[in-house]
Amino acid sequence: MQDHSVEMRGIVKRFGSVTASDQVDFSANAGEVHALLGENGAGKSTVMSMLSGVYRADEGEILIHGKPARIRSPKDAALLGVGMVFQNFRLVQTLTAAENIVLGEKSSFWRGSKWIRQKREEIEALGEQFGLKFPVNRPIWQLSVGEQQRVEIVKTLYRGADIIILDEPTSVLTPGEAEQLFETLRVMKQAGKTVIMTTHKMKEVMASSDRISVMRKGKMIATLATAQTDELELARLMVGREVTISRQEREATQGEPLLVVNRLEVSADHGRKALDGLSLTVCEGEIVGVAGVAGNGQKELAEVLTGLRTWKNGEIIFDGSRVKTASVRGAIDAGISHVPENRMKSGLAGRLGSVDNLLFKSYRTEEHSKFGILKAAKNRLWSQELVQRFDVKTPELDTPVQQLSGGNQQKLLFAREVSHKPKLMVAVHPTQGLDVGATAGVHELLMELRSSGSGVLLISEDLDELLQLSDRILVIYNGAIIGESDHEHADREQIGLMMAGIRHREGSAV
Amino acid sequence: MSPKNTGNTAAVLEPLPAKSGKRFGLRLEYDSSRTRSPWWSPILSVILALLLCAVFIAANGMNPVTVYEKMFRGAFGTSYGFTETMVKAIPLLLCGLGIAVAYRISVWNIGAEGQLTVGAMAATAVTIYFPDLPSFWAITLMLIFGTAAGALWGLMTAIPRTHFGVNELITSLMLNYVALLALDYVVFGPWKDPAGFNFPGSPMFTAAQSLPVLGTTRLHIGLIFGLVAVFIYFLMVKFTRWGYELRLIGANPTAARYAGIHIKKHIIIVMLISGGLAGIAGMAEVSGVTHKLMQGISPGYGYTAIIVAWLAKLNPLGLIVTSVLFGGLIVGGYSVQTIGLPSSISEMLQGSILFFLIAGDMIHRFRIRRSA
Amino acid sequence: MDFTTQLLIAAISAGTPLLLATLGGILNERAGIIQLGAEGLMLMGAVTTCIVYIRSGNLLLALLAAIAVTAVLGMVHSFLCVTLRANQTMSGLAMTLFGSGLSAYLGKSISGLPLPGTSPKLNLTWLQGIPVIGDIFGRLDYLTWFSLLLVLVLHLLIHHTSWGLHLRAVGDNPATADVMGIRVQLIRYSYVTAGAALIGLAGADMVLAYAPTWNEGLTAGRGWIAVGLVIFARWNPLRALFCAYFFGALDSLGFRIQLLGSVIPSYFLKMIPYVVTILVLMYLGYRNRNKPSGTPESLGTPYIREQRF
Repeated sequence: MQDHSVEMRGIVKRFGSVTASDQVDFSANAGEVHALLGENGAGKSTVMSMLSGVYRADEGEILIHGKPARIRSPKDAALLGVGMVFQNFRLVQTLTAAENIVLGEKSSFWRGSKWIRQKREEIEALGEQFGLKFPVNRPIWQLSVGEQQRVEIVKTLYRGADIIILDEPTSVLTPGEAEQLFETLRVMKQAGKTVIMTTHKMKEVMASSDRISVMRKGKMIATLATAQTDELELARLMVGREVTISRQEREATQGEPLLVVNRLEVSADHGRKALDGLSLTVCEGEIVGVAGVAGNGQKELAEVLTGLRTWKNGEIIFDGSRVKTASVRGAIDAGISHVPENRMKSGLAGRLGSVDNLLFKSYRTEEHSKFGILKAAKNRLWSQELVQRFDVKTPELDTPVQQLSGGNQQKLLFAREVSHKPKLMVAVHPTQGLDVGATAGVHELLMELRSSGSGVLLISEDLDELLQLSDRILVIYNGAIIGESDHEHADREQIGLMMAGIRHREGSAV
Repeated sequence: MSPKNTGNTAAVLEPLPAKSGKRFGLRLEYDSSRTRSPWWSPILSVILALLLCAVFIAANGMNPVTVYEKMFRGAFGTSYGFTETMVKAIPLLLCGLGIAVAYRISVWNIGAEGQLTVGAMAATAVTIYFPDLPSFWAITLMLIFGTAAGALWGLMTAIPRTHFGVNELITSLMLNYVALLALDYVVFGPWKDPAGFNFPGSPMFTAAQSLPVLGTTRLHIGLIFGLVAVFIYFLMVKFTRWGYELRLIGANPTAARYAGIHIKKHIIIVMLISGGLAGIAGMAEVSGVTHKLMQGISPGYGYTAIIVAWLAKLNPLGLIVTSVLFGGLIVGGYSVQTIGLPSSISEMLQGSILFFLIAGDMIHRFRIRRSA
Repeated sequence: MDFTTQLLIAAISAGTPLLLATLGGILNERAGIIQLGAEGLMLMGAVTTCIVYIRSGNLLLALLAAIAVTAVLGMVHSFLCVTLRANQTMSGLAMTLFGSGLSAYLGKSISGLPLPGTSPKLNLTWLQGIPVIGDIFGRLDYLTWFSLLLVLVLHLLIHHTSWGLHLRAVGDNPATADVMGIRVQLIRYSYVTAGAALIGLAGADMVLAYAPTWNEGLTAGRGWIAVGLVIFARWNPLRALFCAYFFGALDSLGFRIQLLGSVIPSYFLKMIPYVVTILVLMYLGYRNRNKPSGTPESLGTPYIREQRF
């Protein structure tokens, strides 16, 4: 076909020894929504980053509107009409939405009130055309995540992009907001734009796209018309083998209530109420999943349970006794382990080796130190053992952990958190950024904890993961639990509605 | 997804901007995994600093080689010079050690000068208010007072940081000026020696209030304090829980907080130690060298000690070497005054050594690569 | 003239170098680079002015020389912090140590020599008739007027021009600015260099309007106070004006109180600006403990462009 607006041929991209993109061919046409589907780590974002100039391809060529293009920077891409909406928004938090949108503009040195008014009208008109509403004059940090995404989309449109790439656009949206986004994509398509969307969610692909390209482990597997395929086929292409989407039967291991949280109220960093009368219970031998759109209090919930944050009202009862004050050490000693959201930011010390990273929580115990002196030789042996038991692949025990792969880092973290036999584990997005194999490993570990009688509070944005693992799923919205369903009766759609704050199917908002 | 591992990946500096499609053939590549700088980088930075300052010396109409030779002879060439160098190395070692402890967890204490000054003042206060103590008690009490005063001064830097979020650099520096003004006040005012011909300074210390010296030299047992402190520091950092906690905070403060370590508490502890060590240096200086309190008891030891600590890469053994080296630099600076050069030449050298040092810490992380 | 008017005049005269240095610091930090070398830069600016003015007798030449020398030092700082991504704190400290050492070394030959003149004054005869205002504004020198003009210019630049928008974006989120086609490194170099030159001019002003001879270390920590004032002014040029004059007043207050025959030893009065700096910063820290302080968010962190092979 001659009318491809984007054509990528034989694209190869290596990061060190990893080939993130292996001879990938890809094309998209004007006036279509093209979904790029694949597991986490399949290479979708890498390929799109090369199209938008963030990375440079090692091999291969890119044609835009039939002409060979040299895309060496985001600037080059923008000049060719390629715009990308990244998963982590490229917005300056302190500037207003309008200022962010006109940021790249070089013309007009002086920006008086007349100029600003004119731009504002221009931006509002553009937003209206594509069904994107947001407050134009407010700084970004006051906008919701959904609104920020709209600013990003308007920004690419304003900059004259006719090829628009959205990287995992729905991961931060409620199902309702996602629906709204798909409507915008349809308008963009009708306006003759090329829309490319990367995602790993099959349902959305089926709902919104015209064609689908599937990637697996850095390779392009197939390109199909959406109308001629179904979820099962896509799943098989994505994972590379037949998958059963149904959940397995499992035996109940549930025991006594372990953690009881009653009407908890917690403030966020800038005084805003983050948890507002939240109550929940976790029993021994039970995995309780917390579903919700990011920013509804998940972070604060994890922090308060692990002693990192104080609470204003309400009570926490753990293992039969009332927790008096927030104390990390108290939580560790009581047997609460924590897999934090961002392992390199708060879970591990990248510059230090495995021994130091494994000792994080247990170095104060008799077993590892005496009279304030560390038992160096013994700790080394202990670490060696853990590294072997959890199959952490590290060149040496003293290799800085920042040099390990994401999966091995997470294994090391789990080794540490599981090694002191926790009564309760609070795991936040434990599989974020991991490949399929590593994800399965983490799931296995969580199930093992469950069968050994520990409680697990699993906070995740991945609904599939929650559905697969949880005995019960709680939905958090605006700092409170607004709904619950158990393993057998969990219903995707129902949970999705509750994530948007709608309690019942009839649609009464909370 | 995008590569998660930020450790051993390399970022690339933009090549020169291409105007007409032409590209610069070489590019600079940054490798953040190379955190360990090579052993020769401190040596190279000293050499480059000497070269830079040679330009200024030459501009003053002197031969840099002669000047450097004179400086070196002055500091290390004679037994008197060498003793003087060692005498100057004592406060540098103590202050540098204190700074190194604080820098381990990124607490930028630049207030050693003030902490040393109040330490000296507190030690002098003992001689003035308890003039007749026997030697052992006089020295012990002076040591305790000096340490406590320095630690208190350090605490005054720590508390604004931990409880009010004030940058410790500004606080510690402001406190330096406050300490120096307080020193001026006592030596011109209440503590002025009545028999001192109106010269600003406290009365001379008695023999009982002076630190013992080694043999007939001016080298006092403050040197032992310094070496013992370095040894304790080495053991503490390497083998104790406290050392482990410092290592953790230094590597990732957020993770340390998640491991239940109270960072604020540690900031206060290291500032107490940091200030206390500088206070000991001040006590040793008045009791072991000047034998009285006067203006300018420190020719900027507190600032030089920053470079001493940084050049040693906070390493205990390295501290001993660098403090002797910089002691020599100060003595060398004095010795060129006889040929008409200002002694500030040593300060200039110190500043430029630090410049080249921090550049050297980074520059080895870059590699020149041919573009693809 | 009454005590208050005299104090105001003294506040402006002592506050102007602080103002210039604070504005320089604001430019630096808005671009995301900490400038702790202010003390050294002020000293270098001061000593260069003295040497050139005494040798050539030409004031304008002296000021230009001061600007040029400190701009070069600013470029050194940006090379270290922007290109090499060195530790900004240490680079600033090195700048201060190097600046005080080099200025003492260079200034030895002219130490204590009087300057051929001071900063020329702008005599506004039509204003001088008015009481108080005429006393204060009738005889200000050119540099003071320049600093006032600069406050206005920088305010407009930061908030009402495309350059200012780019500067704010670079200081808060260089990665985004880069993606939007803004040349992050170039902007950082420019503002760090310009900021350093302003701090150098502050040093020049100090010898011209304030202390008419060169003395080793004559800034006595004012560079560091300016570093604090940048925070005090919340990176805003208009606020910098009031903060600088407030500290100028404090600075001269001690001297004025002494003239009134106070019994408090002068040493304690001289401590006022230093102690107040700490107290003010503590107060601000306490007040802002639960909200964003206005600090440019990328301050102190070098920008590393995402991997691009």
